Amino acid sequence: MVKNSHSSPHDSHAPQSFWSHYVFSTDHKMIGLQYLITSFIFLLIGFSLMMLMRWQLAFPGHPIPLIGSLLSSAVAPNGVMTGEFYNQLGAMHGTIMVFLGIVPLGVGAFGNYVMPLQIGAPDMAFPRLNMMSYWLYLPGGLLMLLSFLLPGGAAQSGWTSYAPLAIINPGQTVWLLAMVIIITSSLLGAVNFLTTGLNMRAPGLSLDRLPVFTWAQLVTAVLLLLAFPPLEAAAILQLMDRVAGTSFYLPAGLVVLGQQVKASGGGQPLLWQHLFWFLAHPEVYVLVLPPMGIVSEIIANGTRKPLHGYKTLVASMISIGVMSFIVWAHHMFLSGMSPMLGNFFLVTTMIISVPSVAILTCLIYSLKGGSIRFTVPMLWALAFIPLFGIGGLTGLPLGLTTTDIYLHDTYYVIGHFHYVVVTGSIIALLGGTYYWFPKWYGRKMDETLGRIHFWGTVVCMNGIFFPMFIQGMAGQNRRYFDPTAHLHNLPTQPLHVVSSVFAWLLFLFQLPFIYNFFSSMFKGERVDDNPWEATTLEWACPSPPPHGNFVKTPRVYRGPYEYSLPDQTRDWLPQHEEAKALT
Amino acid sequence: MTTALAHPADAPSSGVTNAKLGVWLFLASEVMLFGTLFTTYLVLRMGAASWPRGWDVLNVPLGMLNTFVLITSSVTIVLSYVKAAEKDLAGFRAYMAATIALSFVFLVVKGFEYGAHFKHGEFPSTNIFNAVYFTMTGLHGCHVIGGIIVNTALLYLSGEDFEHPLFAGRVEGAGLYWHFVDIVWIFLFPALYLL
Repeated sequence: MVKNSHSSPHDSHAPQSFWSHYVFSTDHKMIGLQYLITSFIFLLIGFSLMMLMRWQLAFPGHPIPLIGSLLSSAVAPNGVMTGEFYNQLGAMHGTIMVFLGIVPLGVGAFGNYVMPLQIGAPDMAFPRLNMMSYWLYLPGGLLMLLSFLLPGGAAQSGWTSYAPLAIINPGQTVWLLAMVIIITSSLLGAVNFLTTGLNMRAPGLSLDRLPVFTWAQLVTAVLLLLAFPPLEAAAILQLMDRVAGTSFYLPAGLVVLGQQVKASGGGQPLLWQHLFWFLAHPEVYVLVLPPMGIVSEIIANGTRKPLHGYKTLVASMISIGVMSFIVWAHHMFLSGMSPMLGNFFLVTTMIISVPSVAILTCLIYSLKGGSIRFTVPMLWALAFIPLFGIGGLTGLPLGLTTTDIYLHDTYYVIGHFHYVVVTGSIIALLGGTYYWFPKWYGRKMDETLGRIHFWGTVVCMNGIFFPMFIQGMAGQNRRYFDPTAHLHNLPTQPLHVVSSVFAWLLFLFQLPFIYNFFSSMFKGERVDDNPWEATTLEWACPSPPPHGNFVKTPRVYRGPYEYSLPDQTRDWLPQHEEAKALT
Repeated sequence: MTTALAHPADAPSSGVTNAKLGVWLFLASEVMLFGTLFTTYLVLRMGAASWPRGWDVLNVPLGMLNTFVLITSSVTIVLSYVKAAEKDLAGFRAYMAATIALSFVFLVVKGFEYGAHFKHGEFPSTNIFNAVYFTMTGLHGCHVIGGIIVNTALLYLSGEDFEHPLFAGRVEGAGLYWHFVDIVWIFLFPALYLL
């Protein structure tokens, strides 16, 4: 790991070759940008899979226009997709969005680039390990995509890969191999983030002066460190079931399509669900905590006020981290469990909603009395609060065992968790892109295009996901390939068309963003090192920061959000500046 | 590797070197990995209609021998750390080479056990006990191989890096990992062979 290295990669500041600068870089900033671009591409791929599925849901049995003729006849004869292909798209959409899109964007990209700067460090604690994380993530992701081209196609048992279905379905082996690689990448990253955050802080930057974003990254790293290994173990066991013929998740006497499955039996299908959700519930908070940190930074900056309840925010994030390990089985109320156990998980689920609400309340209170600057990043942060609120509150009926019996596995569930991760996490991550872009490239992204992107995206996202609450409450199952095959789904079928049209419109509204990102990189308005007049340490170094980040190691004198102090000439007082009292 | 990165003023913030903190965090994740496997073992065993007695199907004397081999290797790696801290290159090399040799002995003995099982037609797919036994010991074996790679690298690097101020710390990190591999076996041996 770190033992066989001779000298630090930062010992020399000599000009680097193309390969060591852009490809096999050990600089946290370049690795962060590699993660940023790669995960945005994966998000686009995952979204494209969904746009195909939306055609099938809106117009089942009709040939897909334009793209249908390009697909092979095995997956879409005459341009009409098969059920198997629909299942592959669904499984890969979930996997790509969660493991290859949002987590690498929130942690690998923003965490990697911003956290070392916010703590005044010259780089991550283990730069080579950092490079290795990226170079495991990318091949793991490519392997995952490649599985579409292999015989049997991609995994088709959902991103949850429930056994025994996943053990029988084709395509799963490659999914498992890719997951083991991706998990290993995340584990290396988590070790690196925690060591960096705990060990590399600038002088004077005690834990109670850490910006909320860095706190969010540290809690996230703990979750990744402790929750991912159980899934890795579970994936290895499922891999053994598929490759070595073991029966960890196969009960005795299992019959599939009238055929007795050739396996010794003695395993337990529910074991997979427990192990999977033991990871996947903390994973929800891995998806949400870094975006919450981003929103906190932008809100403090955009309101020109200290965050309301900094200690409450940090304590809430830590308690969310701890609690997230004992709520997992609320995903399994209908899988079969003792009602006593169900009650336990009901109670813990209700308890974990308290710190989440506390965070949102702090953010809302932070707005009170602020002289708000409606910059593009601030728009995204403001949109996060109510939309994430909808996502969170619609989760309560799913956490209560009685109402969950009705709502479980309906479109209501899809609506709920997409409000959390799309209008919550992705909105915050887009806001973060606009916020830190000037630090990455020394230029600002275009305001007008940013506003078009913002309003189009927010409207379309709501247009996609709000109808799903109605469909779910009308009783529509979330996994059907052809909703019109069931009579009770027909009244809400027009809502599928609404969702689909908004999904395709959402794609169109991402085009200004893509153009804006690349054109601003080269032609955007040049700005100084601290364009948002912010207080945290990442704005104390040049934009873009040079190799080694800070010209001189900063010393920290105060907490992270000292805005609008009464006796100052400016309305912000950076963490690294000695106070100059007005005389 | 961290000398150039650390802050001159009061680094590291936590008082533990980066390498040591990193190894401890890595071990925390390893505890969760093997913890999951032991939980799986418990759940499957409690749910099973019948579960063989370990000593009826496994070779307890060989398992016992391997336990002693691993415990001895834990002692030798500590001694190699002591010698590294005392800057005694020959002593470090002797004890580190002994540790690696003992690791190979462990793998060879394990290989004989596996070979005997395969010869009797016992594979991971045969029954749920075999599935647990082969998976858990196999994953542990992979960790032993990982330890051999790390320890061999240290032995190789000691030629030029021995005087590096952080070298003893690296040996300590490798030692922490090796103790963990050892402790996993201390739990595996009774769970599979004796209970």
